[in-house]
Amino acid sequence: MSEPLPSVTLTAWPRLPNRWDILLLPLVFGGLFLLAWGGHQMTAPYTFGAELPISLDPAMLPGYALRTVLRMAIALACSLLFTFLYAKAAVGSRRAEQILIPLLDILQSVPILGFLSITVLWFVQLFPGSLLGPECAAIFAIFTSQAWNMAFSFYYSLRMLPKDLYQVANLYQLSAWQRFWKLELPYAMPGLVWNTMMSVSGGWFFVVASEAITVSDRTVLLPGIGSYIAVAIEQRDLAAVGYAILAMLVVILITDQLLFRPLVAWADKFKFEFAASQDAPQSWFLELLRRSRLLQLAMALPDWLWERIRPLMLRRRKRRLPLPKLRYWRRVDPWLDVLWMTVLGGAAVASIVFLARFVSTEVSEAEVAHVFLLGGYTFARVVILTLLASLIWVPVGVWIGLRPRLAQHSQPLVLFLSAFPANLLFPVVVSFIVVHHLDPEIWLSPLMILGTQWYILFNVIAGAAALPNDLKEAAANLGLRGLLLWRRVLLPAVFPSFLTGGLTASGGAWNASVVAEVASWGSTTLTASGIGAYIAEQTVRGDHPRVALGIAVMSLYVVLFNRLFWKRLYAFAQRRLAFD
Amino acid sequence: MSDTETLLELRQVNKRFVATDRREDIVVLQNIDFSLRPGEIVAILGRSGCGKSTLLRIICGLIPASDGQVLYRDRPVTQPVAGISMVFQTFGLFPWLTVLENVELGLEAQGVPVAERRQRALAAIDMIGLDGFESAYPKELSGGMRQRVGFARALVVNPDVLLMDEAFSALDVPTSETLRGDLLDLWLERQIPTRAILMVSHSIEETLMIADRLVILDSNPGRVKAELPINLKHPRDYTSPAFRRLVERVYEVMTATAVGEQRAVAGIGYRLPSAHVAQLLGVLDEISHPAYQGLADLSALANALELEVDDLFPILEALQLLDFAQVADGDIHLTLHGQAFLDADIQRRKVIFGEHLLKRVPLASHICRVIDERSNQRAPESRFLRELEDHLSEDEAERVLQVMIDWGRYAELFAYDYDSGVFSAENPGEGPTAV
Repeated sequence: MSEPLPSVTLTAWPRLPNRWDILLLPLVFGGLFLLAWGGHQMTAPYTFGAELPISLDPAMLPGYALRTVLRMAIALACSLLFTFLYAKAAVGSRRAEQILIPLLDILQSVPILGFLSITVLWFVQLFPGSLLGPECAAIFAIFTSQAWNMAFSFYYSLRMLPKDLYQVANLYQLSAWQRFWKLELPYAMPGLVWNTMMSVSGGWFFVVASEAITVSDRTVLLPGIGSYIAVAIEQRDLAAVGYAILAMLVVILITDQLLFRPLVAWADKFKFEFAASQDAPQSWFLELLRRSRLLQLAMALPDWLWERIRPLMLRRRKRRLPLPKLRYWRRVDPWLDVLWMTVLGGAAVASIVFLARFVSTEVSEAEVAHVFLLGGYTFARVVILTLLASLIWVPVGVWIGLRPRLAQHSQPLVLFLSAFPANLLFPVVVSFIVVHHLDPEIWLSPLMILGTQWYILFNVIAGAAALPNDLKEAAANLGLRGLLLWRRVLLPAVFPSFLTGGLTASGGAWNASVVAEVASWGSTTLTASGIGAYIAEQTVRGDHPRVALGIAVMSLYVVLFNRLFWKRLYAFAQRRLAFD
Repeated sequence: MSDTETLLELRQVNKRFVATDRREDIVVLQNIDFSLRPGEIVAILGRSGCGKSTLLRIICGLIPASDGQVLYRDRPVTQPVAGISMVFQTFGLFPWLTVLENVELGLEAQGVPVAERRQRALAAIDMIGLDGFESAYPKELSGGMRQRVGFARALVVNPDVLLMDEAFSALDVPTSETLRGDLLDLWLERQIPTRAILMVSHSIEETLMIADRLVILDSNPGRVKAELPINLKHPRDYTSPAFRRLVERVYEVMTATAVGEQRAVAGIGYRLPSAHVAQLLGVLDEISHPAYQGLADLSALANALELEVDDLFPILEALQLLDFAQVADGDIHLTLHGQAFLDADIQRRKVIFGEHLLKRVPLASHICRVIDERSNQRAPESRFLRELEDHLSEDEAERVLQVMIDWGRYAELFAYDYDSGVFSAENPGEGPTAV
């Protein structure tokens, strides 16, 4: 991503390093060293099933944290690559779009454990005798908690690209490569950065599930914060849970300061607006990067190399590549469409038959019905919890959003809160339920919405903060107060952004049910009946047909719920409540 | 190349849009023929919807023509070519690139080495009067400065032909005059290598200030209605009698057939012009002013009301359609109905307007009849949209229905509920209230 940074000519060579470089150099070399160490650890020899000792000694935590971060970073890199390829493919062809986008919807609804339990053995076989197998499985699991919403965000950005910019790019015959770096990526950047931050939070939420891999009664504990938490919970070590929280806090703060703040501040220049905004996001680290001469040189190097290489490539390529076809989909051959739909339909029927046969070898019809019932329980929990969370966070969000100073600081806090893994609350919740003899069916449920309720809060804050000032003044001028003010002004104004938050929150709650419907603290394990618990239990037992059944049923619920409820509300909000 | 040679030639260019499940295509441009010779500035003038922006995009290879050919230096244009560049109405600047990077973009795409690229971009920035702003982002600049970046970016690639798509219309009057003057100076002093300029505009005075030749486009479908040579010497003075005569001549040509010609295509598919009732009243009010006494010169009217062709002509067409005024040979005069409409009070005006709608707009009477025939006196908009789409494109059908709703509501012919998209006979507010 060298291109969009401030360009620097290489005439700056003779200059000496400045004081910013002196600050930055240790950081860079330290980072490189840690990377090398972590990478070495990941490829250590290992036979599947062997015990990997996890120590609860807090001194081990920095090392564990590093390895967790490394996994997340690799997963993030994969997610980015996936995002670019997937979204470009979806935008590039109407037929691809017809499958890829609904597919993304479904993939988003599959819980992380589902991917993990099915892929882990495959990864282990891919790298026999090395820790790389389980590591890859963990990275893949994290990837699945990150990639989908990033791909969605990039896809929507590509679809929303202003037409005149496309025409400029066409007119000056930008190559597909130039088009990507000069037009598509910059335009998508603000949305992509925000979704990346959400994705990383999601990765943290499932950190235990992705590192403490239990398959077929054998548990692999990959060294990392997640495994540390798992062991701490198993051994009822409250102090260790505290250390883990502290370590997570530190790591999230560091990534926020060194990665996300600079990214947000940098991505601000890509916002598609032609009015200079008053308070642009700031980042001390970005300042440091921008002022460091050595780094600027390093960033200019790829550009410089590219300029040298390109003439060679141009000479070889006499004819220009055909212009990428965009949005000229109107003219279509109906027969090809029919053929395409037939192929798709056939594939769908074949998959259903295959899946049904795979499941029916083991599972009776009564059990299938039972799984649907379990899905119903979880469904009820998701609905009630989303409702409760909305009742609490919408008023709070509006209150904060109307106060700009408070609203500004809400973003990092929300990201931390949504990153907080449910497992860390297990000690508190389990002890509470056991001591007070409460019903786990009800009292375990709040764990599901724990991580995702913040999206409601955050989006409502953003919506309320964006409320046009003249509307606020008009409302005050008319003397609107109390209930009337909320009903006529505040609630309609934040409704569209509330929907975005609500959709994210309820979707996340479904996924979280896998880690939230079964909670344990030491030897005490509490279970709430629901499809999340079903999937978790079958994963531990390594019963693949039942895992597949559980996932399929859950996806069905999620997709239907989104289509029949959220998407309709969206359409309504777009028609009625948009400001324009 | 000698001066008699043509740079750009259009041969029978047609543009049709095909929509699915439609009997006939929608013709946007019909048999456009014209040529651009070295050393001239040609302006294409037309009302909105005459396809002039589409024509420019066909010329520079951004969209393909349905039939016919665009020849640039005797070679057909099928995709963007290096010798033709364009300035956009909305500037088309990349907000994340600095002024310099925006200007360099076209050179970068051509693979010009970095040193040469920088030098040429700086020269273009210098020439267009942007020096000092090289490192600024577009959002830091005013509209006029942004369009200067647009010009620098278009000129830096040394185009043979410069296309301008309403390049000045997003700017305020003094800014656009300054920029236009600067561009004209560069052109007249041969400071830019551009050999011909083709501009599209809806402002008559703007085109007459610069162009050597005027191509007037008719609308629905767009076709060349007339070509006018402009032999005024630079610098031109828009208050001079010769200039005023030309303005009037253009109005005459434009009104000769443009307004009212559509009446041949009667029926519900008539493209109702986008004009609001308040605008109609404003124009009627102006014509009835004692200075005109019911007969006004269009150029004078346009001046007095500060209306460009794009806004003025739909209003004229609506007035004529409803029989409130007659337009011919560059003049407009009030009819008796128009006088009565103007003299009536607010409630009476609604009644008159409703009567004229029912009598003269088939779509209005059609909607009322359908609502009447239904037992519940309600009809969904989708039904009328489907009918309109037999004659019009999807967007156009929606626009026409929008105009119809606006007029019908004013005349209280029918009610329309936005949420449900239902037309009904009842008065708004009397039915079940919207949530």
